[in-house]
Amino acid sequence: MSPVARRIAATVFTVALCSAADSKNVGETAPDFSRADLAGNLVKLADYHGKLVLLNFWATWCGPCLEELPRFSRWQRDYGTAGLQIIGVSMDDDAAPVKRLITRHPTAYPILMGDAKLGEAFGGVLGLPLSYLIDPQGRIVARYQGIIDIEKMETQIKVFLPGRPR
Amino acid sequence: MRLRLSRFKGSIFALFALLGALHPAFADSKPASSIPSANLIQPADLAAALQNPHAQKTLILQIGFHALYAQARIPDAQYVGAAGEDKGLRALRRRVAALPKNTAIVIYCGCCPWNHCPNVGAAFAVLRDLGFTKLKVLYIADNFGADWVDKGYPVTKGT
Repeated sequence: MSPVARRIAATVFTVALCSAADSKNVGETAPDFSRADLAGNLVKLADYHGKLVLLNFWATWCGPCLEELPRFSRWQRDYGTAGLQIIGVSMDDDAAPVKRLITRHPTAYPILMGDAKLGEAFGGVLGLPLSYLIDPQGRIVARYQGIIDIEKMETQIKVFLPGRPR
Repeated sequence: MRLRLSRFKGSIFALFALLGALHPAFADSKPASSIPSANLIQPADLAAALQNPHAQKTLILQIGFHALYAQARIPDAQYVGAAGEDKGLRALRRRVAALPKNTAIVIYCGCCPWNHCPNVGAAFAVLRDLGFTKLKVLYIADNFGADWVDKGYPVTKGT
């Protein structure tokens, strides 16, 4: 897809999302945050400017969240070179079960611990799973709450990728 | 096509491996669908009861994750912890240990879509088995945000 066509498709898609029921925060600039991931590396959202970021709030006890993790890892591997960066934010009460899970089943992207403060910055994480798609300019272009059509989500991600998938 | 099929199989395998990794949290889980409909209360009904000064005093217990409780909760609700985990169940047993069995209790979570909530079924089973007779579970179809906060029902926040 040419850059112009991509921009048009992205605009049409954003407009469509804004008119959808679940359009909270869409069109807003994503709030910046920084905190260490489970490996101890600092993750700062602003550092991913220029990339398409999928920010995924999840928890170890959330069945629908766990169904998404293997798919997200595959997307990170397949679309990472095209500019996709996935960041997982666990909303578990403590890190121990998250570390156990990620040690046994590593993700291809960083996982960090969330809390109420981070949730509130994004308008409230009042149910899981919840993901935000943030474009290379740092603008929220999609919000996915609850059980979603993951194939459709992948199609939408491809529209916003800054580079061409390999 | 073959590549897609192998990816699909890979995803299914990974999912089962993930769920297996969480044993026993999932192995002993009791689905929300196991709760009798007579023990459910709809959000609109609870919200109305909260605003009725003549309504019976009810103990409201939040049995989900703490970040949810801290961001938005039903006024006067007390945090117990995720009842789908042993730690949360132990906290729930401790919280109700000294209560008369006819105490009116409402438990709620709202972490996830109702049929996927790992907490409400487990908490209900424990309280029922302990003999509580005035026990209700708040039916939250999708999540606490959509089914309570966005409806304009009363909320408070803070740790």
